[in-house]
Amino acid sequence: MTILARITQNEWKSILRSKWVIIYGLIFLLLTDTLLRFGGSGSEVLLSITNVMLLFVPLVSMIYGILFLYQSKEYIQLLLAQPVKRQTLYWGLYIGISTPLMGAYLVGIMLPLAWHGLLSGESLIASLTVLLLGASLTLIFVALGFLLGLLFYNDRIKGFGFTIVIWFFMAVLYDGLILVLIFTLGDFPLEKFVIISSMLNPIDLARITVMLEFDISALMGYTGAAFNQFFGSSAGVLTSSAMLLTWMVIPLTVGLRVFSRRDF
Amino acid sequence: MIKIENLSKTFDENAVLKGIDIEIPEGQATALIGPNGSGKTTLMKALLGLVKPDSGTVTINGTKLNGESLYRRNIGFMPQIAQYPENMKVYELFDFIKELRGQEAVFEDELIGIFDLEKELDKTMRVLSGGFRQKVGATLSMMFDPKILFLDEPTAGLDPYSSQQFKEWIRRERENGKTILITSHLMSELEELTDHVIFLLEGKVRYQGTMGGLLGESKETKLEGAIARLMQENKA
Repeated sequence: MTILARITQNEWKSILRSKWVIIYGLIFLLLTDTLLRFGGSGSEVLLSITNVMLLFVPLVSMIYGILFLYQSKEYIQLLLAQPVKRQTLYWGLYIGISTPLMGAYLVGIMLPLAWHGLLSGESLIASLTVLLLGASLTLIFVALGFLLGLLFYNDRIKGFGFTIVIWFFMAVLYDGLILVLIFTLGDFPLEKFVIISSMLNPIDLARITVMLEFDISALMGYTGAAFNQFFGSSAGVLTSSAMLLTWMVIPLTVGLRVFSRRDF
Repeated sequence: MIKIENLSKTFDENAVLKGIDIEIPEGQATALIGPNGSGKTTLMKALLGLVKPDSGTVTINGTKLNGESLYRRNIGFMPQIAQYPENMKVYELFDFIKELRGQEAVFEDELIGIFDLEKELDKTMRVLSGGFRQKVGATLSMMFDPKILFLDEPTAGLDPYSSQQFKEWIRRERENGKTILITSHLMSELEELTDHVIFLLEGKVRYQGTMGGLLGESKETKLEGAIARLMQENKA
């Protein structure tokens, strides 16, 4: 087994032992099941789940990423005193902590969807979209939390502060701010601006992808409507997927650079 | 041999190492001495690649450090404050490091015996006392029989018996031709264990050479007196 695999495996062991992740998965399981029992038709429930997921997953992932990094300081020092490359340790830590969280989300949502029959027939694609987007957001925001932890390695308060501010901005303020801009600048053609600005926020991107999938752009904000108009469904999904991927790659690459250079 | 050339390191405008040149002889024990904040730990971490110097080079057995990792196969490091993943058990930690290094843990059983660790193996790090954590650190650093040992305040926190056992072990390793670099606040301990002295003061090398040479130069009979004299001269 490679060193990378060993480090990843060791992270899994310690994460499962702390039971945090299991509780997180159970919350999604209970929520999805309850909604499916009492919340009406399949696509309505999937939308409700999406709305919870868009708020909840980024916050938990980012806090979890940064917290885990802060907790692993001695561990990092110990491993870097062994014949282990910094790059290997970095990927081992990231994969080791992000995949269990992603797994908990996927299992927590997938099981109720399966036993309520939404993983087959016409709901299948919509269900898969919600699952995939949640998984991508997990990977993106664990990477962001990780990066913030590395940037503020010795200053936890700043690290957590930025985490909360970034989450609040992306998840809560962003769409509202754009709406305000649109109202004040209503006389100008703003489609391009709206499209570009939604690309700059992964949560918005995920929101739009769901919207294109469910074809209910009118319900989910001005940005979505413009996006739909401009791209049409399938090209829109492709573009936003590419952007989500970019959102994963950039924090991870910057994080690796910081990790390779800093003092431990 | 370990060769350090013109090594400098600044943390947040605080210059810790200011252009240090050191040669640590192979197969001997060297004491790294200096008052608090003189840069001992930073120097040790630079040798391990944990701290990236601003300028200067470190060469260990012919490997010039620049993000290298394999040279650490030959190094055992015992940190000043032994802290390990809280929810790992002692034996799991040992097994994990063994797997990572892929080396045979030649002295594992012997060290576990010496430090009386059998009963602790099944405990998690969280419930281990400070002294036992220190012993875990000592075992981890020495069980692979590395050619080079970096020991940062190794006996702080050990009870007298364990401390004696530990020193006995170091003496044996020294006779076996290991290169040992050791810091301590106990001058008597260093006098017992080492033949070379590097004295750091305010981020610079104030003295490096043999123990005998230092005592002769300062006309003192004890290391403690010699170091005190050097520090006093520096203030004057």
